[in-house]
Amino acid sequence: MRKASKVVTVIVFLFLYVPIIVLMVASFSSGTDLAIFKEFTFSRYAELFKDTNLLLLVRNSAIIAVLSTAVATILGTMAAMGIYSMKGRIRSLVMGLTNIPMTNPDIVTGVSLALMFAFTGTVLRLQTVLGFWTLLIAHITFNLPYVILNVMPRLAQMDPNLTNAALDLGCTPIKSFFKVTLHEIMPGIISGALMSFTMSLDDFVISYFVTGSGFLTLPVEIYNYTKKPIHPKLYALFSLMFIVILILMVTMNVLQARSGSAKRRLRAGKEAA
Amino acid sequence: MKRKFLAAPYVVWMLLFTLVPLFIVIYFAFTDSITGAFTLNNLVSITDYATIFLRSIWLSVAATLICLIIGYPVAYTIAQCKPKTQRILHMLIMLPMCMSFLLRTLAWVALLEDTGIINNIITSLGITPLPLIRNSGAVILGMVYNYLPYMILPLYTSISKQNPRLIEAAEDLGCNKVNVFRKVILPLSLPGITSGITMVFVPAVSTFYISQKLGSPGTILVGDVIESQFKGAYNPNLGAAMSLILMILIFICIGITNHFTKNTDEEVMMS
Repeated sequence: MRKASKVVTVIVFLFLYVPIIVLMVASFSSGTDLAIFKEFTFSRYAELFKDTNLLLLVRNSAIIAVLSTAVATILGTMAAMGIYSMKGRIRSLVMGLTNIPMTNPDIVTGVSLALMFAFTGTVLRLQTVLGFWTLLIAHITFNLPYVILNVMPRLAQMDPNLTNAALDLGCTPIKSFFKVTLHEIMPGIISGALMSFTMSLDDFVISYFVTGSGFLTLPVEIYNYTKKPIHPKLYALFSLMFIVILILMVTMNVLQARSGSAKRRLRAGKEAA
Repeated sequence: MKRKFLAAPYVVWMLLFTLVPLFIVIYFAFTDSITGAFTLNNLVSITDYATIFLRSIWLSVAATLICLIIGYPVAYTIAQCKPKTQRILHMLIMLPMCMSFLLRTLAWVALLEDTGIINNIITSLGITPLPLIRNSGAVILGMVYNYLPYMILPLYTSISKQNPRLIEAAEDLGCNKVNVFRKVILPLSLPGITSGITMVFVPAVSTFYISQKLGSPGTILVGDVIESQFKGAYNPNLGAAMSLILMILIFICIGITNHFTKNTDEEVMMS
């Protein structure tokens, strides 16, 4: 049983990474066909950094990801604290609202937002509404639940006496939030923010429906690229993004491991005392 | 202190940008594309697409089951590792989810093509090339590849949370390995199975692009048709009606899954 499971696990990891390896290998090939490796070259990376158009798309994606993550993290953390202090019916109603974008397929979320933006556009008699702002609104909307679902468990784990102690010792509620609560729920905020950032950076389906030709992001334009024979510098870009995301995830992991072991040490100390 | 009101901006935001858009989908689904008058024509004309709906459901159900069958041993194996290894493997499962799924799907085209990487290897071994692409199997493979991590992660979470003492107790009380799995581990991981099924089925049934690249005109899915109503043949009213039906279908499928796992869910909560 256990041996069979291990074999399956190894095969699955290969299965998950073979296409990624194919793309990374192709980024060093002088040919244009993904399936055939010609000669080793770095020129795809040189071409990538000369392509101002592509770099602009990367910049657009980064702007949307940073802004939507910032707004979603602040709004979402506030919301998590608010929801946490709610009870009964209201709480489950708000959580139901949070679950809508999580259970709805991306295509429906994208279509529904696109229809609403188009509707608003005709009401306001605007030529084009789809662009930067609609994209930003959509990204904030699908990022918010990730922040909330990451922060809520941290609030639940927090010792309520900590806030009470801070208030007893003369902190104002705002001060106690910044000195105590924020510190305690920080790992949840960080992982929520990182998750939002990667989701937003990689989102294609929703962005595809809610943006116009005025403001394109990288995944949306990659879709247009893949309709024609694709230029290999995109494989170079893919490989670089793989490295960036890998670094981000390792950082997240180290942070979580540290906060985990700090907690364990604290608990061990408490038990000893 | 009224901490509740901290959630007010969020609630307003979500009402505006998730609930209102859904009502607008319903509005579009029931109105005529030209006159804007109330009509049922959009919903009636969906019957023309019944085969596409059925195909989407059957392909995504198959992909979901395959994900469950191969995802479970992976989640189980990861949960048995040392904490440090677990963290690394967990990260390696998440990593592909963050990379462009368009390019990764394109890599599968290069692997499966008639003159692709796999067929090149096969022919060099002296075997005739296989028809690996442009069929339902390739579409299912694309779905399994893209959504497998969404199955493994919730399964892993539910397995790794289990109390190892329960397994010891079952062993002490005379259960063999098969029965420990059947009577303890499997029932306790049912919440993970339910959310894994949902997290794979929902994106799989609504996907577009995968079948455009790996399938043939005969394997067009609902997502592809909806996309073309908004980006090609522009008929947003029909597209809205299809989205509405898709949402209702998903709602029913999630309901069925929850029904099958409900009783045991309560048992888990009680323990």
